[in-house]
Amino acid sequence: MKQLLIFVRKEWYHIWRDRRTLFILIGMPVVQIVLYGFALTNEVKNSRIAVLDESRDPATIKLIQEIGASRYFNVVRLIHSQKDIEAVFREGRTRMVVVFLRGFQDDLLHTNHAQVQLIADASDPNTANTLTNYASAIIADYQQSLNQGQTLPYQIKTQIRMLYNPELKGAYNFVPGVMALVLMLVCAMMTSISIVKEKEMGTMEVILVSPLKPFRIVIAKTIPYLFVSMVNIVSILLLSVYALDVPIVGNVWLLMAESILFTITSLSLGLLISNTAKTQQTAMFTSMMSLFLPTLLFSGFLFPVENMPVPLQVISNVVPAKWYYIIVKSVMIKGLGFASVWKETLILAGMTLFLLGISIKNFKIRLA
Amino acid sequence: MEERVVVEKIVKKYKTKKTELIALNGISFSVGRGEIFGLIGPDGAGKTSLFRILTTVLLADSGKSSVNGYDTVREYKKIRQCVGYMPGRFSLYQDLTVQENLEFFAAIFDADIKKNYRLIKDIYSQIEPFKDRKAGQLSGGMKQKLALSCALIHEPEVLFLDEPTTGVDAVSRKEFWEMLHRLKEEGITILVSTSYMDEASLCDRVALIQKGEILSINTPEGVREEFRRPLWAVKATEMFRLMNELAGDPAVASCYPFGQYHHVVLKTAGDDRGVLEALMKKGRYEQAEILSIKPNIEDCFMALMNK
Repeated sequence: MKQLLIFVRKEWYHIWRDRRTLFILIGMPVVQIVLYGFALTNEVKNSRIAVLDESRDPATIKLIQEIGASRYFNVVRLIHSQKDIEAVFREGRTRMVVVFLRGFQDDLLHTNHAQVQLIADASDPNTANTLTNYASAIIADYQQSLNQGQTLPYQIKTQIRMLYNPELKGAYNFVPGVMALVLMLVCAMMTSISIVKEKEMGTMEVILVSPLKPFRIVIAKTIPYLFVSMVNIVSILLLSVYALDVPIVGNVWLLMAESILFTITSLSLGLLISNTAKTQQTAMFTSMMSLFLPTLLFSGFLFPVENMPVPLQVISNVVPAKWYYIIVKSVMIKGLGFASVWKETLILAGMTLFLLGISIKNFKIRLA
Repeated sequence: MEERVVVEKIVKKYKTKKTELIALNGISFSVGRGEIFGLIGPDGAGKTSLFRILTTVLLADSGKSSVNGYDTVREYKKIRQCVGYMPGRFSLYQDLTVQENLEFFAAIFDADIKKNYRLIKDIYSQIEPFKDRKAGQLSGGMKQKLALSCALIHEPEVLFLDEPTTGVDAVSRKEFWEMLHRLKEEGITILVSTSYMDEASLCDRVALIQKGEILSINTPEGVREEFRRPLWAVKATEMFRLMNELAGDPAVASCYPFGQYHHVVLKTAGDDRGVLEALMKKGRYEQAEILSIKPNIEDCFMALMNK
């Protein structure tokens, strides 16, 4: 036991004394959360739009006001002819142009039929789609307000309720994603590097010629990183609750327990990489390519897995981050209990046991 | 003599895509308890490979070896409990302090620093004033002293030291060897490799090793006695020309530079001095000097290599 404690203490010295790396390890999740939370968001806010209003009657003025008052749009330009539309888009900063033709209110009142045109910059298709939807909704609202007091013969009203995330915040999606990404990176990359470093520095040779069992070496190497990961989980959760207003709906302890499980999965992956890598660079690149990318692509955090071709969906099943992502979303965002995530938990636990088993079994007890 | 290390026909080859390098070509020897056994040879002779095989971190291609009676392949776990190993490259943690390194290595061998302190006292007391300094900031000599302390702290029965004095100043080297002799008194068996020929005379027995083969195993005196021909040291003003002319002369068996002199062995026994004087006269060398000398280990090594 004392043997193990001193080994862990030694590992801790390595981490603690390499201040720059430690700073990156602790700072990385914070930076990622802040980046995804405030800068790299796919939410549409304050989009710059232009208006071409050829009628200038009370109806169009009211509508333009409504559109400009919403938090999605910012009316920055009024243009005066059809020719200017192209020019405005070419400048590149305007996302959408709203066009009212001559006699909008007259048409509306006398023929019961008026037209408004929404022209969006679809070089970014998702944003264009979102913008036109928002604008249509605002126009529909206005139309309803006109019809107040009258009873229309046939009417279907859609009632939409956005469950778990009523404000449609992107943060609900990426906080679990960042957690998976950070834990994977810290644990897998750092453990593999720290073991391979001992090989490179020649210290592994001395440790091997000692009665120390491979199992103990492996455990001692991973415990400090488990601790660093816990610090990361806590800092991510604190940030998401207090800075991004993403509440932890479910049980915090269940979330922590699942995170520790995923941490151990990542640590085992790191150990597996360290078995084969000979230099720190190889260890780093292997971790990057084989862990970071699949986590990003297949966890469902950036791209929905359901939309992928079937072969890729099958591949995504072996990516541990996918299961962890599902668990975090269920527990943290939807507030579900263990009963709903036991299957995913079991899969993760199975993967962990398997990976840990082969990495300890394949631990090189000799140099070559 | 109680045998602590036995090596039988050990072969080790390193294969790359195109070439096959023979590091050890079927070497055999044995080392007794409390003996200082020196492996003397140039870089690339196979010393490190042999050490790694004996310390169980490398597998031989063929042959058998045992340490302390345990087989290096089957019973590697037992060997790892009773040997101390100091690799050729400095292999301690550079970012840990002197004391932390020592504590760590004591811990992984489950050893008590206080109990075994007598073993390392002589060397460790010299670096103790710097015990809070990082190992990476120590001088070459101090690093080696720390590495030896770490290899000794668990009171090993057999100690493997791979080129422990490379890059160490003359005074520290002397201290290092004095230390080894004290350890020998404790009954510790020591295998030490070096590429410094002058250290050979400090061993009880030496094996001269070259390109994976043992040229000779003997006591240092024995090795010198094996050198039967008269050896001459010659010196003149134009040493380079002298070297070329001597090496090209049909009467000269071997000639190589050694410090200020060239060491020369002639092919025919007889009036050696006469032959050499004639050569020097013919070449019109100034301040010519011819001395009859006793061979040292390096001379023996050169002679064995040229066989």
